[in-house]
Amino acid sequence: MEVDKGGGTEFGFFTSRLDKMIGWARKFSVFQYPFITACCGMEYMSVACAHYDIDRFGAGLPRFSPRQADVLFVVGTISQKIAPVLLTVYEQMCSPKWVVAFGVCTCTGGFYDDYATVRGIDHVLPVDIYIPGCPPRPETVLNGLIMLQEKIQNQKQEV
Amino acid sequence: MSDSTTITTKTPEETKQEVEKSNKNMMLNVGPSHPAMHGVIQISVELEGEVIRKADIEIGYLHRAFEKHSESGTYTQVFPYTDRLNYVSPAINNFGYAGAVEKLMGLEIPERCKYIRVIMSEIARVADHLTCIGASAMELGAFSVFLYMMKAREWLYELTENVTGARITISYGRIGGVKADLPKEFTEQCRQALKKTREVLEEVDGLLTRNRIFMDRMRGVGVISAEDAISFGITGPFLRSTGVAYDVRKAWPYLVYDRMNFDVPVGTTGDNFDRYLVRMEEMQQSMRIIEQALDQIPEGPTNIDHEGRVIEPDLMADLGKFGKTAGLLKNETLLEPTLEGTGKRVHLQIRANDKDAWIPPKEQVYSNIEALMNHFKIIMLGHGIRPPKGEVYNMVEGGNGELGFYIVSDGTDRPWRVRCNGPCMRPMAALAGIITGGQMADIIATFGSVNMIAGELDR
Amino acid sequence: MPEAEWSKTLKKIQEQFGDRVIEMHAQLGQDTVVVSKAAIFELARFLRDDPDLKYNYLMDLTAVDHFTRKPRFEVVYHFLSLEYNARVRVKVPVGESDPEVESLTPLWKIANWLERETWDMFGIKFKNHPDLRRLLLYPEFQGHPLRKDYPVTKRQPLVGPKDPQA
Ligand code: SF4
Repeated sequence: MEVDKGGGTEFGFFTSRLDKMIGWARKFSVFQYPFITACCGMEYMSVACAHYDIDRFGAGLPRFSPRQADVLFVVGTISQKIAPVLLTVYEQMCSPKWVVAFGVCTCTGGFYDDYATVRGIDHVLPVDIYIPGCPPRPETVLNGLIMLQEKIQNQKQEV
Repeated sequence: MSDSTTITTKTPEETKQEVEKSNKNMMLNVGPSHPAMHGVIQISVELEGEVIRKADIEIGYLHRAFEKHSESGTYTQVFPYTDRLNYVSPAINNFGYAGAVEKLMGLEIPERCKYIRVIMSEIARVADHLTCIGASAMELGAFSVFLYMMKAREWLYELTENVTGARITISYGRIGGVKADLPKEFTEQCRQALKKTREVLEEVDGLLTRNRIFMDRMRGVGVISAEDAISFGITGPFLRSTGVAYDVRKAWPYLVYDRMNFDVPVGTTGDNFDRYLVRMEEMQQSMRIIEQALDQIPEGPTNIDHEGRVIEPDLMADLGKFGKTAGLLKNETLLEPTLEGTGKRVHLQIRANDKDAWIPPKEQVYSNIEALMNHFKIIMLGHGIRPPKGEVYNMVEGGNGELGFYIVSDGTDRPWRVRCNGPCMRPMAALAGIITGGQMADIIATFGSVNMIAGELDR
Repeated sequence: MPEAEWSKTLKKIQEQFGDRVIEMHAQLGQDTVVVSKAAIFELARFLRDDPDLKYNYLMDLTAVDHFTRKPRFEVVYHFLSLEYNARVRVKVPVGESDPEVESLTPLWKIANWLERETWDMFGIKFKNHPDLRRLLLYPEFQGHPLRKDYPVTKRQPLVGPKDPQA
């Protein structure tokens, strides 16, 4: 984490505390945009519902407009046909934004190595957290979410 | 509706020109990424005020080359891909494909296995309908229904996990059988889960069936006539809502459905509300089938006393590798270390006893040469399961209608062609006609009742 | 199988289309007819409208690429009769140089999409089809992936996002 940009110690002290505070606020208000295409969506439903209760992590409210969302959940296989759409959605999101690759299809392409699918969404856009599994169990997803929160907390905050 | 997520990827040239000519009409894209389009399709509509004048549906956003992949692997390697066709009810796809290959090879599967297949299929069907009704109710604003339905589905998933080891992508079918027997406590757990699911359904019934808002949005909306439905080749709940009682389980009985006592619910008007009612009733019928199957399922000699202790599979493999095979045959081990019901004694109950399709139990593989060779022949590249030359079409009743597999075999260990004839495509082809002339907001209700599963639609 | 054991459907087809039938069998109990390209539309209409047959469902329409065989392709139709609870499979051999068969869209509405899919995957054209474009893949895609000479992993360049205004 780089904080000491201004040169003076007091300034650095303040930015670092401010950074922490903003990070703390941001990590518990994750507004997600679920980009659901395939089977992983079923597990996403399970995670989002009462049984596993994603609300505990402040990520309970999906926003179905990219302009209101902070985190893009890419859930399910991305084919060559849908990839441009995914990129458009990503570009419409406001900074700061994060991307979660949900399921092995989005991480590496999974076992769909063929003419129609993209070998992992990092060919199309930058990814912050990879959640493997085909589909990942709800517990894995929650683990990934906690990792994302840590990342948000510890990074340099843009304001 | 006209949210920012509407992205044009393709606008047909003529449609655009037409719209430009008459500037009172508006073009609007719904999807491919839209909150009410669970799964990815694009509906381009031409609106005059709120009324849809023309609709065009673009699919294929989840094309994953199922048929091409099937051709490039062996017969067994197709199973994981079939899971992901209709990912809400994967068991039915598994058994549909396995049934096709068995028909081609002339394999007869054991009684107990047939019952297991019926039970797992019906559990999958209930889960499928739960998801469909839950999601479409949520899109109409009834969020609590969705939460209830998901709760019930979670119990069924737990049940599935106990049997198969996975929640969704189960790969439970095998050519000539299933992967594992039912675990010991299954019957009890299953009855419990069904009881709880019935309670949820009762609750949902109270919330929706007489709900004024729900009825107003569903009744008389999305109507299709029986002739149109047949011309579009529609099957399943969508067809039955129009009053045609075609169900593969009744018309072309497979497994042990002919021994089951169940009704096929039909609607009268063919609108969204009828489809909702048909699905609700079908779940009750499916649960009836499960209970009958649980009563009738023959017990194998799985509980017979046997000598020797149960040892870990990896230890057995090690012993086998070092040639310490003496007495190994007496032992019993699990095929899959994490799963109950894969031991040697149950093997004969759940697998066809045919050397061409059956991997022998591990105890035998590591202790005698015939079983080892058999195992080798089935696993090795270029050997494997080899159905005779020919072609076959096998159909089962999937969650949305008739699910057919057409397999062409050239006598080698790889299928020459596997065609999956999914039921989703037909209502989707009809959808453009159904929504034309209706209100914009009705797209959501009608689309929800189609229960489109992109994996099966685009394959 | 001897001719005497043929089902009603096969007998009727033999009667009506005897000269244009190439092969007929009922392997595994599934009635199969191979007819020449010229007869398919008429045969389909006959199957649908004949009061003794009433095959009112077009259950499936696809193709098979036999690659080394000549003619190379085979278009496969599956029909279902709700009333008589019967099924029949009709196959039409199609050559590589002129892969075109008559469209069934005037008879069944679903034929529209199924034929589009077959065109998309195999490059088989359908005469008189109202709107023969790709169904599953995107317009920029080159080739037809289910042909045996298309490798499964052969990717094509990604198409970038398009300007919706353009
Ligand atoms: S990772 Fe597996 S479950 Fe998820 S979308 Fe891909 S194939 Fe489906």
